[in-house]
Amino acid sequence: MRAGLLSAAMITIASTAYGDAGGDPKNGERLFNQCSGCHQVGQGAVDRIGPHLNNIFDRAAGTAQGYRYSDSLERAAAGGLTWNYETLNSFVENPRVLVSRTRMSFRGMNDQQDRDDLLAYLRQFSASPENIPEAAPTAAAVDHEVAPEVLAIVGDPAYGEYLSGECTACHQTSGAGDGIPAITNWPNDDFVTAMHAYKVGVRAHPVMQMMAGRLSDEEIAALAAYFESIE
Amino acid sequence: MTFNRRTFLGSAALTAGLLAAPMVRAQGKPRVVVVGGGAGGATAARYIAKDSNGEIDVTLVEPTRTYYTCFFSNLYLGGFRTMQSLGHSYGTLAAEYGINVVHDWAVGVDRDAKTVSLAGGASLPYDRLILSPGIDFVDGAVEGWDVSSQNAMPHAYKGGSQTELLKAQIMAMPQGGTYAMVAPPNPFRCPPGPYERISMVAHMLKETNPTAKILIADPKENFSKQGLFEEGWNDNYAGMIERVGPDFGGADVAVDPAAMTLSIDGDVNNVDVCNVIPAMKAGRIAEIAGITDGNWAPVNAADMSSKMDDSIHVLGDAAAQGDMPKSGFAANSQAKVCANAVRGALTGSTVFPARFANTCWSLIDTDDGVKVGATYEATDEKIAKVDGFISQTGESDDVRAATYQESIGWYDGITADMFG
Repeated sequence: MRAGLLSAAMITIASTAYGDAGGDPKNGERLFNQCSGCHQVGQGAVDRIGPHLNNIFDRAAGTAQGYRYSDSLERAAAGGLTWNYETLNSFVENPRVLVSRTRMSFRGMNDQQDRDDLLAYLRQFSASPENIPEAAPTAAAVDHEVAPEVLAIVGDPAYGEYLSGECTACHQTSGAGDGIPAITNWPNDDFVTAMHAYKVGVRAHPVMQMMAGRLSDEEIAALAAYFESIE
Repeated sequence: MTFNRRTFLGSAALTAGLLAAPMVRAQGKPRVVVVGGGAGGATAARYIAKDSNGEIDVTLVEPTRTYYTCFFSNLYLGGFRTMQSLGHSYGTLAAEYGINVVHDWAVGVDRDAKTVSLAGGASLPYDRLILSPGIDFVDGAVEGWDVSSQNAMPHAYKGGSQTELLKAQIMAMPQGGTYAMVAPPNPFRCPPGPYERISMVAHMLKETNPTAKILIADPKENFSKQGLFEEGWNDNYAGMIERVGPDFGGADVAVDPAAMTLSIDGDVNNVDVCNVIPAMKAGRIAEIAGITDGNWAPVNAADMSSKMDDSIHVLGDAAAQGDMPKSGFAANSQAKVCANAVRGALTGSTVFPARFANTCWSLIDTDDGVKVGATYEATDEKIAKVDGFISQTGESDDVRAATYQESIGWYDGITADMFG
């Protein structure tokens, strides 16, 4: 009796908190057509161009048995990336927010409701979906993508070169990238997107969160302009 | 007259322009002499030479031809690195950056004449002098020990032969023998260094001499990454390590290098290896130049210039700068701020605001890396901490292994940043 009351109370809380962000799995199934060229989900799903997506929720990134991941995704995985509502939501919005140079060539899904629907669909193929929130309470407030006007800032490469002193203690200008990734010759937008993801904490690495945390939009643009220019 | 923003900015720029006018020289280029070819000095020399495009003459004075980094030397003790992999030559700095590399000791500074004298007899004139001499040891800091005892009881706190000697002594310990460390008081080079060393020595002994003991006499109540190290020691080296803190006499030590004893609070311990890391001070040339106050050389945070002579800059361990730890990473970070400021003063190039960062990785056991780091800014008073982080206890094996891989990447990165 007591347990029954408790779960009823929880359901009430849950539906209030997630009320606006809940997804429609039917529409998600339709949206999954954008993914199914590379990914399979459901009974008998196997790895194709991309890994299968059964039990994707709460799966540590990069752990689908036998699938060969990109170095970038392996590195993100080694850094502790786990697929949950929050990380999948930002990855689907723009894969490069979380993993620069991922092989997942997907332009991203802009609409939050679409992403909610898609994740509601995928969630059905993870164990105990009732234990997985359809959306984190704070999800709607988080904007993963960098605003177009921020991406459009033209950085000063000379200032970027000075600021890069903070990067080159670890990241080599030669482009060598064992242990710490190379960041030379990246497309401007990838660089800016990655740095803002660290700055807002969507990406988990503590050193990078700290370094990006005090960089202004102009400083990030300056660094992007400088590193883009290094072959 | 009313000041609006535009006129104020205009007049400020004009004043700054007059004050910071590039040094006009009747003959020759402005000259920078850098003393010390480690993380501070090599980086400063390289950045000034690289960014001034030949407008500044850069001379780097460093006694050794092959520089063995002190950072990562603990990994040599643990068997994770060869000594060879820690050695770096100055060939690229000379050949590709046009730096005049002089292998000699700097033994004097004439601040009025602006010259540095070398042990070999030469005298080097400078417009700006950058001192990055690392550390020396405070005389009489550990009763019974002085530098003449360093073969019997190595400090192994400068890279190279001392580290090799310490490792040879540990390898030669009898089964069940005792390695002792006298840990230094604050402030000292590489705050987690002694404790990473304990981890690496324990790692080696666990394989070769599992009944051996490790005894630490420590004058400090607490130490860097203490929770992380103590967790790792419990998990990996249980029963091997005993640390005596100040409550039990860890600050009251004496050694006898001939008898190989370490006394803690009057209790005499027979030990097989005694690694004495005494209290530290700025490398001697800073004291000779007369720019130290107590053990260290106070500097202005904005450009790392000495508070006693604005033609001299001090980098890295030797500087009293505020909140940054004494580390290779910190010296490298300070060197870039200094290089930018020196170049601006001598050639009129743009001087950007100072910003500093530090991260220190430590290895506890195989694939068990941890890190601590922070960002800093320049205030009128000092280098002040802005933000920081530290690894957490109980992290997964994957995270620790990734942290270790990252530290290897950092080593390659910073040495490329220093030596080109």
